[in-house]
Amino acid sequence: MLSLTLREAISKLKDGSLSAAELCEKCVTRAKRVQELNFIVTENFSQSQKEAVHSARLWSEYVSGRHNEWRKFGGIPFAIKDNFCTKDIRTTCASHILNNYVPPYTATVVQKLQDAGGVIIGKTNMDEFAMGAGSTDSIFGPVRNPWNYKFAQSGREHDKINDWHIAGGSSGGSAVAVATGASFGAFGSDTGGSTRNPAAYCGVVGFKSTYGRLSRHGLIPLVNSLDVPGIFAKSVDDASLLFNAVAGHDTRDSTTVTDSMDTFTLPDDISVKHLHIGIPKEYHAPGMSPCVLEAWRRAADLFDRVGAKVSEVSLPHTQFSIICYSVLCCAEVASNMSRYDGIEYGHRAKNEDSTEELYAATRHEGFNDVVRGRILAGNFFLLKRNYDNFFLKAQKVRRLIAEDFRQVFGGGVDILLTPTTLTEAPTYSWFTEVDNRTRAEEQDVFTQPINLAGVPAITVPASLSQSGLPIGLQFIGPNFHDKEVLTVAKWFEQQTNFKRLDLSHLDKS
Amino acid sequence: MLQRRLTYSVKFYIKRCFSSKVPEKPTWVTIDRSKLPKEPKVDREVVDLLERLSLVEFNNQEGVDRLTKAVHSANLLHAVNTDNVEPMDSVLEDRILYLRDDVVTDGNCLKDVMRNATKTLEDYYVAPPGNIPLKQKERDYGNKT
Repeated sequence: MLSLTLREAISKLKDGSLSAAELCEKCVTRAKRVQELNFIVTENFSQSQKEAVHSARLWSEYVSGRHNEWRKFGGIPFAIKDNFCTKDIRTTCASHILNNYVPPYTATVVQKLQDAGGVIIGKTNMDEFAMGAGSTDSIFGPVRNPWNYKFAQSGREHDKINDWHIAGGSSGGSAVAVATGASFGAFGSDTGGSTRNPAAYCGVVGFKSTYGRLSRHGLIPLVNSLDVPGIFAKSVDDASLLFNAVAGHDTRDSTTVTDSMDTFTLPDDISVKHLHIGIPKEYHAPGMSPCVLEAWRRAADLFDRVGAKVSEVSLPHTQFSIICYSVLCCAEVASNMSRYDGIEYGHRAKNEDSTEELYAATRHEGFNDVVRGRILAGNFFLLKRNYDNFFLKAQKVRRLIAEDFRQVFGGGVDILLTPTTLTEAPTYSWFTEVDNRTRAEEQDVFTQPINLAGVPAITVPASLSQSGLPIGLQFIGPNFHDKEVLTVAKWFEQQTNFKRLDLSHLDKS
Repeated sequence: MLQRRLTYSVKFYIKRCFSSKVPEKPTWVTIDRSKLPKEPKVDREVVDLLERLSLVEFNNQEGVDRLTKAVHSANLLHAVNTDNVEPMDSVLEDRILYLRDDVVTDGNCLKDVMRNATKTLEDYYVAPPGNIPLKQKERDYGNKT
């Protein structure tokens, strides 16, 4: 049952061959069974099961003809990254500073999912305030990748596992929720690749739509000009279903565009013959693993073979993008994090000597080294003496990067094909050898230029590496061509026939 | 037989490599740092200023080193020529963003909003006395100037 895609589950619910209550129960059981991956930080099991029972009743009324309305996601379990506000469910950003925060409202995209009947099985683990690329820097501990993972045998003492692969980040918990079958889709956030990176490492689909299509209302901000809610799904069709259900203008987010959006369904019969696929040469970056390179080549050749025009193109400023990104990110972080002072919400320190002392103590206790480091660096780049040389300089480089994309798309390229990450998922021990700042600079090289330009991009699992870990490839399109990106991704998915992770053996043990 | 298969697969590999549009080698250029402007120094005075502005502490020498590395990395931006390039704030810069009418659309949620505060008094947030500068602390990190 858990191997069904979202699309398949909906059609089975609709014809009455699947019970929403049973589906939710299965997901909860799976979530509990794979709990050791540490992907959920706040469980919402019993509430979601209650709602699923209610949905099951509505479905049976629909199936028996007593009602002719149906809710698209009635009773289907989803997982939500813990930086989306959810009314009456604790929302922590995996930080001590919000450890006790219970939002009085729900983020727009989550609300739309719930309005369509979706149920939330839990809030997922992440890097503190989404700052990281590994989901290793959380107050709840690191998230573990389910691929190549030795699960504890039930009834037996857990063999001490020395090492495992990271889930990627910062939305690692949401990626794991989908990869393990514990949910039929999940939300993450994508500021510099935080959805696409873990999706690639966990062998699921990860979609970052055009900036301005999905509401950020209720998504706790990291970098306002780059943040986009990200969609995790088992298939491209599922990602498209979720996108269509939650996209559109939101009066509570002035950065969502007001143009009307036609909802769409992806065709099953797709031709890519007429397309021009660009291979940006700068995406062959130092440190790329041979298996990623091979997967990228094979995909390029695949398009070539079926008659698409495939050509090498150039996005000349790619190499500087990660530097530009980290300066802009720190600057916006310094500003965004100033709201956490312990007075109105969140952790409050005991020091009551003065307002300033209270603020300083609260923030000292509340933030980890990574967050503190980015605040300090951001304020450094924003100092009057450094403002032009660093902050404005980075904003100028950002324009050049956005211009690079505009030029290749203006020059006739329909879709760009690149790797999503340099390598397959690294091990936890290797990843934590150096600090978060260094890792973020390596991990996000292929994903953050997309956020700087605002364009839509999706990662699709392409194959397994020699060691059996998933490799993702990224498709990028021009602004507001979300449908085209999804369509090409779906065609690629049809050709690759990637076997999703199957954990059904765990149910028997 | 085996030999023939081997030759075939080698040929196939070579052919495929040549046909692929993916570059053979990494394409990034090496940047000559000696041609870049000098990096601003992270000295004791800067450390104190940043801690005051940020209301967070560097914590230790490692924190200072991390900033130094971030500045070292950011300095690479100067290898890019940005003459006559305007800074970009947002990708929606060429659009008129939605502004709603200035009318009250919700309310009566005082309890909901305030329940997250640790200390309140009669519908007020409580803060300790203000306008008192932070106490100077002795710290053992930061480069000597």
